[in-house]
Amino acid sequence: MKHDNINHAKAAADFLQDREQARWHDSAIWWVRQKRDMQAKQLPEWEQLRALAQQIKAHTLSRLDEYLEQFQRNAEQNGVTVHWAADAEEHNRIVHGILAAANVKKLVKSKSMLTEECGLNPFLEQHGIEVIDTDLGERIVQLRHEPPSHIVMPAIHLKKEQISELFHKELGTEAGNNDPTYLTHAARANLREHFLSAGAGLTGVNFAIAETGGVVVCTNEGNADLGTALPAIHIASMGLEKIIPKQAHLGVFTRLLARSAIGSPITTYTSHFQQARPGGQMHIVIVDNGRSDILGSDDFYQSLRCIRCGACMNTCPVYRRSTGHSYSYIIPGPIGSTLGPSRDIRKHGSMAFACTTCGSCSNVCPVKINLHEQLVLQRKRAFDAGALKPAKKMGLLAMRFLTQHPSLMDAGGKLMRKVVPIVPQALTQHSAWSRPGRELPPMPAQSFKEMWQARKENKQ
Amino acid sequence: MNVALFIPCFVNELYPHVAMATAELLEGYGLNVDYPLAQSCCGQPLSNNGDSQGACDAARRFTGVFKDYDYIVSPSGSCTSHVKHHYGWYIADDADYQAMQPRVYEIVEFLQDVLKVDRLPKPVYFPHPVSIHQSCHGLRELGHAAPSELMIPYHSRLERILQLVDGVDVRLPERRDECCGFGGTFSVDEPEVSVAMGEDRVAQHEATGAEFIVGADPSCLMHMGGIIRHKCRPIRPLHIVEILTGRGGAA
Repeated sequence: MKHDNINHAKAAADFLQDREQARWHDSAIWWVRQKRDMQAKQLPEWEQLRALAQQIKAHTLSRLDEYLEQFQRNAEQNGVTVHWAADAEEHNRIVHGILAAANVKKLVKSKSMLTEECGLNPFLEQHGIEVIDTDLGERIVQLRHEPPSHIVMPAIHLKKEQISELFHKELGTEAGNNDPTYLTHAARANLREHFLSAGAGLTGVNFAIAETGGVVVCTNEGNADLGTALPAIHIASMGLEKIIPKQAHLGVFTRLLARSAIGSPITTYTSHFQQARPGGQMHIVIVDNGRSDILGSDDFYQSLRCIRCGACMNTCPVYRRSTGHSYSYIIPGPIGSTLGPSRDIRKHGSMAFACTTCGSCSNVCPVKINLHEQLVLQRKRAFDAGALKPAKKMGLLAMRFLTQHPSLMDAGGKLMRKVVPIVPQALTQHSAWSRPGRELPPMPAQSFKEMWQARKENKQ
Repeated sequence: MNVALFIPCFVNELYPHVAMATAELLEGYGLNVDYPLAQSCCGQPLSNNGDSQGACDAARRFTGVFKDYDYIVSPSGSCTSHVKHHYGWYIADDADYQAMQPRVYEIVEFLQDVLKVDRLPKPVYFPHPVSIHQSCHGLRELGHAAPSELMIPYHSRLERILQLVDGVDVRLPERRDECCGFGGTFSVDEPEVSVAMGEDRVAQHEATGAEFIVGADPSCLMHMGGIIRHKCRPIRPLHIVEILTGRGGAA
């Protein structure tokens, strides 16, 4: 879970104090963006695929109720128990109910941002159930008691040396052995014990197919497969926007997902789950938790097309220079900066401003969400909700007034041009503009308006 | 053809020579250029900070000032894009805006798409290596070039127009279109991230060996220029119109 009241600007400034680590973070993630470009370039139909994915999702969202009901009917026909959760609390109660009924003491979990959103781990731990995250990156951040910093690469903010130190402390690996293969083997051996002793496995859902009632889980480590094959109970938790109508649509998304996410042609495992294994149970929990409200918003419903690939984070120049931990909502980066404020504008308002509106996110998005525009529209909500700092709001109201009174704006501009050059540097160097290492522009003697009028008089 | 200069508020105060070069360039092609004195800010800072009332009022004011000109031309991709693509958030139904919207152009777009120029008014010799800076709104909202994220055929307006200049040596930075970190009020809301981005961007332009960073948006050039001066680096930001009018070395 994230701490309350994270202010992006402040958290990012703290992160940037270690410029070397920050540069490393930027280049590590930029490398993933480059891998994405190389994969995308190999498909001549890339832009058509994006357009198709957008259309399939847009169609599905336009009749989501019908597809959800169809999905439920087909899943139940397959013998799956379908649960509906209006919010995070209900989701957690349902999962706990399933585990308690079967007297499960340990749950193995594959990566699921939804359970992070719902705060499932602390809830179950409070009820005496041990939860083991089995995705390697998730396991690392779980052992560090911190939230994931990225939705696809949860521990991308850490270097191998830091992981070696953590594993030495938590798993008893050799001190100072930073070899990634050695460390991965140690985690694997430790996780294997948990897979064998767990009473249930929980997975997220990448796609839920209305026509078959089945769900699809994409991973690279095979942990979802072990976690569902060994324990007798499989719980799949999904946000209600994960639906696609037909099996035939799946290929459009699997072709886009791994290429966008990590620059691979496909995830190592694309696992289809349709029914419980003999003697076992399969449950699907369909979660709303604010999604219906987003669906009802003209400005933001498009964000529900998201397939959680993380490409918008990898391309975001602000994200790369601030880490996921600088964002208050559990999902960071551009997509998180519309989902978070949609959930709570007062709590997550600063996220909408953590953006230069460069628009790169909207261009990499495999389902063509207008991300950078959504962030600007979230700022409207922040303004209207009174979530802006008073000084900033005053500045805007002054600007609003000056925009309507050009002669006053000209006078203000002239004053600035005359005064700035004679103000001692000691006074300006602490301004937000100059403090981090940036000079004010030279102040010209005349504005263009003055030059233009003088030129006109000379001509006459 | 009556062309109105739309000079962004900060360009009017801080980069008057860029505005004048824009005017001279257009006049060089024989156009009747006017600068409507009643113009003020296009309202982008208000819009980008969520003040819809202020942004709406600014959009109406702008439309009133400019609607009767044949073309409205500006030396800033970002401000042009705000008028062309985001006024719709506020005044989409305004008939004057609807009629004006297709006639609003960024200067390079205007030269290439409306005037379809194949020469400069006066021949220009600029024997210097320059690194191209793609500004985000010009690039991704106006289509100034093929953005690196999209798998579409490569094109670049700035590279194309620089073909009209003799002697210039055009180079592209690593990460050919990453944002410089200005972002309007972002630059002071998140100053540390903004400067970190700008420092990286300047270093990428410097690594090309260029003497000048050439772009079509004074705001990005102002931001990078502030960082360059702070670090006392020799590379200089230059607006494309300064080269096209032969004023390049003066900046």
